[in-house]
Amino acid sequence: MVSYRRERIDRGIKARCNGIFALSSYREMLYLLLPRAIPVVFLLIFPLLEGVVGLYWEKVLVITCIIAFLSLSWDLLASVGLVSLGQGLFFGIGAYFVAFLDNSLGWSPLFTIPLASLTGAFFCAVLLSPIVRLRGIYFAMISLALPLLFARIIEATGILGGTEGLTGLSSLPNAWIELYMPIIGLIVCLFGFRRLINTDYGVVLQGIRDSDRTVMAGGINIYWYKIQVVFISALAGTFIGAFSTHYYQFVGMSAFAIDLSILPLTAAILGGAGTFAGATLGAFILIPMSEIFRAFGTLRVVFNCIILLVFIVALPEGIFHYIQRKYHQFERVVTVGMKK
Amino acid sequence: MKEPILRIANLSKKFGGVKAVDGISFDLEAKGSLGIIGPNGSGKTTLVNLITGFVKPDSGTVFFRGKEITGFMPYRIVNFGIARTFQMVRPLYKLPAFKNLIVPLYSPRVKKFRGGKYGERDEVAVDLLEEVGFERDSLVPYKVASILPHGYLKRLELARCLAVRPDLIILDELFSGMSLSEVASTLPIIEKIKEEGKTLIMIEHRLRELFRIVDRLLVLNFGKKIGDGSPQEMKNNEEVRKAYLGTEVV
Repeated sequence: MVSYRRERIDRGIKARCNGIFALSSYREMLYLLLPRAIPVVFLLIFPLLEGVVGLYWEKVLVITCIIAFLSLSWDLLASVGLVSLGQGLFFGIGAYFVAFLDNSLGWSPLFTIPLASLTGAFFCAVLLSPIVRLRGIYFAMISLALPLLFARIIEATGILGGTEGLTGLSSLPNAWIELYMPIIGLIVCLFGFRRLINTDYGVVLQGIRDSDRTVMAGGINIYWYKIQVVFISALAGTFIGAFSTHYYQFVGMSAFAIDLSILPLTAAILGGAGTFAGATLGAFILIPMSEIFRAFGTLRVVFNCIILLVFIVALPEGIFHYIQRKYHQFERVVTVGMKK
Repeated sequence: MKEPILRIANLSKKFGGVKAVDGISFDLEAKGSLGIIGPNGSGKTTLVNLITGFVKPDSGTVFFRGKEITGFMPYRIVNFGIARTFQMVRPLYKLPAFKNLIVPLYSPRVKKFRGGKYGERDEVAVDLLEEVGFERDSLVPYKVASILPHGYLKRLELARCLAVRPDLIILDELFSGMSLSEVASTLPIIEKIKEEGKTLIMIEHRLRELFRIVDRLLVLNFGKKIGDGSPQEMKNNEEVRKAYLGTEVV
């Protein structure tokens, strides 16, 4: 009885040892550098190619960045075991905070966006602090309800423009800032989160995801850590919310729309959760894809669903994990068992 | 008499109608070693959970070094210096074994010791694992916890306790599920911990090993204390024999 099995072998590059990079050739350097450099370079030069790709795809890039931001934010929350169905909350809070600041103070967006991001994230951390004790489905349910709650508050009380929203907000200084603010923000956020999760602090966060009781038995106040993570994660969401308010010069109840909660989650699952790069990749597949299918009218939702289904059934680990494995490992077929 | 390091007074906990722990009191002197034995369901683990804050007591008090810690959150109690292992191993499965120890090394308590500072935690973690028998040369400390055998995971629990530099260590059935050779190699580690002047509480069903280590035994049955004394006294105690040890000579 002879059977075959695929064996995976790591490529033999010892990249890092106690913080020292030991690389011996340009080939090895490129091997490590290219997967990081190519997306960064692509993002940085894309806005310069307006003549080639057209204004339409530049706009799509901005939307993609918005969703990518939110899915990074989702992925960070998920890395401490908080599975959120309401990423739109962060977006909406950031969007309305900056609109309020712009309306009441009239300062430059370059100042109000960071200010609104910080205060908005702080507000979210305080708001969510009582519920970080919840895990799994209970946290998910409440996080789903919160953005809807805020939308209804605005609808019912008519504050902050009510159902009409706030219009005529000041615009960003110029078109370059409109494009490069989300792009550079995304690059910083992506690599920042990836670094954060690999520090000792990040190891504690991953521990909380695995078993909160073990982490507590290690003397760590897990609730305080979860609140910190909610703050960091909310910061990404409120920043992009604040940006989009000034980008569209409008904020309305759509800032709390359910799309902004579900799309980032879908992107993160599609790309592969837990790596941040996967979440970003997912957004960069999902959003342009749905734009390509726009020509089919309402049918595009059907196409989106089919592609999602295929990917999730065929690659449940996520696209990024699959690519990463293929890149870092050889595969070969070995025989198992006795030969006749 | 010296101030006891741990003072339990009249501790009780009910789960539904079952009195899991029923009015238990005892004092434990610093550098002492106490074994807790009793039949299954006699409240041994619940007692540990009550001391370490994982379960809130219905009534009674816990004093550690003269300070009341009743009902504190588990992480606060750890930072006072009480560390425990879990009977059911709970490693951080997705992390390598040595990264499991980064968590306790990151706690506020360890900050002032070696190993609590940035950049030295990895090294200290691997040293600790080597101490409890993770062979560094065959890269066992670097393996992901989910692929480690059960005996290693038990010792990982022990290393996690040692990482917070506790004054009182509570071992909840550390030897259960370990092979004889693993028990034999772990015993000297525990004896060394005792020699270092740490206070020890052990719940254990392997009496031969337990009697080698502890100099005092607490026997529980149905949540009540039925015996407290030296191992020899307990061996000869009629009630203890009936409830747990059996009437044949141990």
